Amino acid sequence: MATPAAVVRPTRTLRKPLISGDELAKAFTFFFAALIIVVTFALVWQLWIGSSPAKEKFGFRFLTSSLWNPVTDEYGALPFIYGTLLTSFLALLISVPLGVGAAIYLSELASPRLSNTLTFLVELLAAVPSVIFGLIAIFSLVPLMRDYIEPALQNAFGSTPLFSGPAFGVGYLTAGMILAVMTFPFIISVSREALMAVPREQREAALALGATKWESTWQIVLPFAKLGILGSVFLGLARALGETMAVTMVIGNDPAIHASLLAPGYTIAAVIANEFTEASGKMYSSALVELGLVLFALTMLINGVAQLMIVLTTKKGSAKA
Amino acid sequence: MKMKFLASPVLLSFLLAAPVSAQSINAAGATFPAPLYQKWFGEYRAAHPSVSINYQAIGSGGGIKQLTDGTIDFGASDKPMSDQELAAVKVKPLHFPTVLGAVVIVYNVPGLKGTLQLSPASIAGIYLGQINKWSDPKIKAENPSASLPDKPILVVRRSDGSGTSFVFTDYLSQVSPEWKSKVGANSMVSWPTGLGQKGNDGVAGMVKQSPYSIGYVELLYAAQNKMTFASLKNADGKVVTPSLESVTAAAAASKGLDKDFRGSIVNAPGPTSYPISTYTWLLIPSRIPDAGKRKAITDFLAWMLKDGQKDAPGLSYAPLPKPVAAQVEKQIALIK
Repeated sequence: MATPAAVVRPTRTLRKPLISGDELAKAFTFFFAALIIVVTFALVWQLWIGSSPAKEKFGFRFLTSSLWNPVTDEYGALPFIYGTLLTSFLALLISVPLGVGAAIYLSELASPRLSNTLTFLVELLAAVPSVIFGLIAIFSLVPLMRDYIEPALQNAFGSTPLFSGPAFGVGYLTAGMILAVMTFPFIISVSREALMAVPREQREAALALGATKWESTWQIVLPFAKLGILGSVFLGLARALGETMAVTMVIGNDPAIHASLLAPGYTIAAVIANEFTEASGKMYSSALVELGLVLFALTMLINGVAQLMIVLTTKKGSAKA
Repeated sequence: MKMKFLASPVLLSFLLAAPVSAQSINAAGATFPAPLYQKWFGEYRAAHPSVSINYQAIGSGGGIKQLTDGTIDFGASDKPMSDQELAAVKVKPLHFPTVLGAVVIVYNVPGLKGTLQLSPASIAGIYLGQINKWSDPKIKAENPSASLPDKPILVVRRSDGSGTSFVFTDYLSQVSPEWKSKVGANSMVSWPTGLGQKGNDGVAGMVKQSPYSIGYVELLYAAQNKMTFASLKNADGKVVTPSLESVTAAAAASKGLDKDFRGSIVNAPGPTSYPISTYTWLLIPSRIPDAGKRKAITDFLAWMLKDGQKDAPGLSYAPLPKPVAAQVEKQIALIK
């Protein structure tokens, strides 16, 4: 009796060490996952602490005031929030139809060889640093906007305030255009993946029922890939909201709200990049940190809305099915 | 849905080992005199291999901030520190003027021949947004023979806080009561009009490529980029072209700096004075406990005030007037 027990014990400890490999892996990966949350919270905490002088002084007025005056130490975030949302909206307005259209062509219509080559180029475009886009914008897009596109828009819609004022080629619209160029590689690439993931049977069934290629794409494939496409749009939006260098080079950096799309404006990321290094006063730097907090909240809010939209659309889809 | 990472940024951190030397001094601040400072520190190191001064051109405000935080050995600024800023520093810094510079009004008006002449009132009017066309009667009256187009003026200014902006807004506050009450003088102000660009090169680039624009940059940038710049009517009512001579004349004719060498020389009297001129300063702590460091810094200051001054004109800076340099030299003894 004693001998077998003595034999069993060491084998047991061999078979079951203190921590198994699986548990070790679980602990490690949990640590990495938890790190993401810790970093995010630390970030918010820092922004919260750093902005406390400005929060105490201005309160909610910070979000509604459009005064930005470092001389009198009065700060308001409204022109920056407006500029950030407007340029991102303009960017998506241009890049979503363009990006989704291109993705449909690449996944449904183009030959596999062409599709792969073009996709490779598109992904290359996504890897270009933003300051390069800014340089291209300043030397090519700005003169193009100033000399051709903006005068043409003014001729066509001159009576509306949306296109009023002098056309200098620098402003909300130009910033929106360069953001569109920067976001659409994301939209094309992710939308194409989503469209490619639609099962072949879906297309074949539609075609077998007598649908044309276009009808099958528009009525079957596209709704099937809706979630992925929506995801690509929000990925693009996230890039547009936080983009700094390219925007600051072409938006004109004017902390005021203008109705005209041709007028200069400002975004949150751009003002932080421009002014933080020289913000010597305590209130000044704290107001810039609070702008960072506002941008963070804005991104969270938009991501929340995106999640909600995804949940709602999937429910609707499954109810139909 | 499986998201694909399109661009995975590769973070590379380069650890640059500092060269071993007996005395390594860190300084940071103004970008405007940076080309000259780099030359000075390089030359000084060639002559004194045991002393190396590292200068980072991060901007005047950044220099003041880092000096206040005590992260650098000395700072540099185009804007003298205010009493409030001085009070915030543990060890009181001393102001050492190094050279003089000028802010010039650059413009790009296609078809305009000859040099544009501007009065203080029109410059203030343009930057207040009250004069918004090149054909404005005020500009016309100052340039009767020029063919000025009926085009809107594109006003370009700095988007980042800057010593250059401080000198320019300081000048506008001196010549325009309306500017003083509405906007004021600072390295970053609430601009009534115009669009902002980052850095002297940003403003210079924007003006250069945009027809019908106007902007302000340091003389060096205008000269390097071969830009056209305006002649200004000075305090005596004379039209003066920005140059090293007219900047030196402004320094000589102004009422001078305060006892602690702070102060501004914009809108100086005298028939040949260029009105938007300024000193630029090194900010040296008045107490440096480390004897080796103290000796290295004071030796450099003495060198800078004598031999260093000869490098200034070659890089479009005006050297200190002799009497000023002599007075500044006495201040070196105050560093304990």
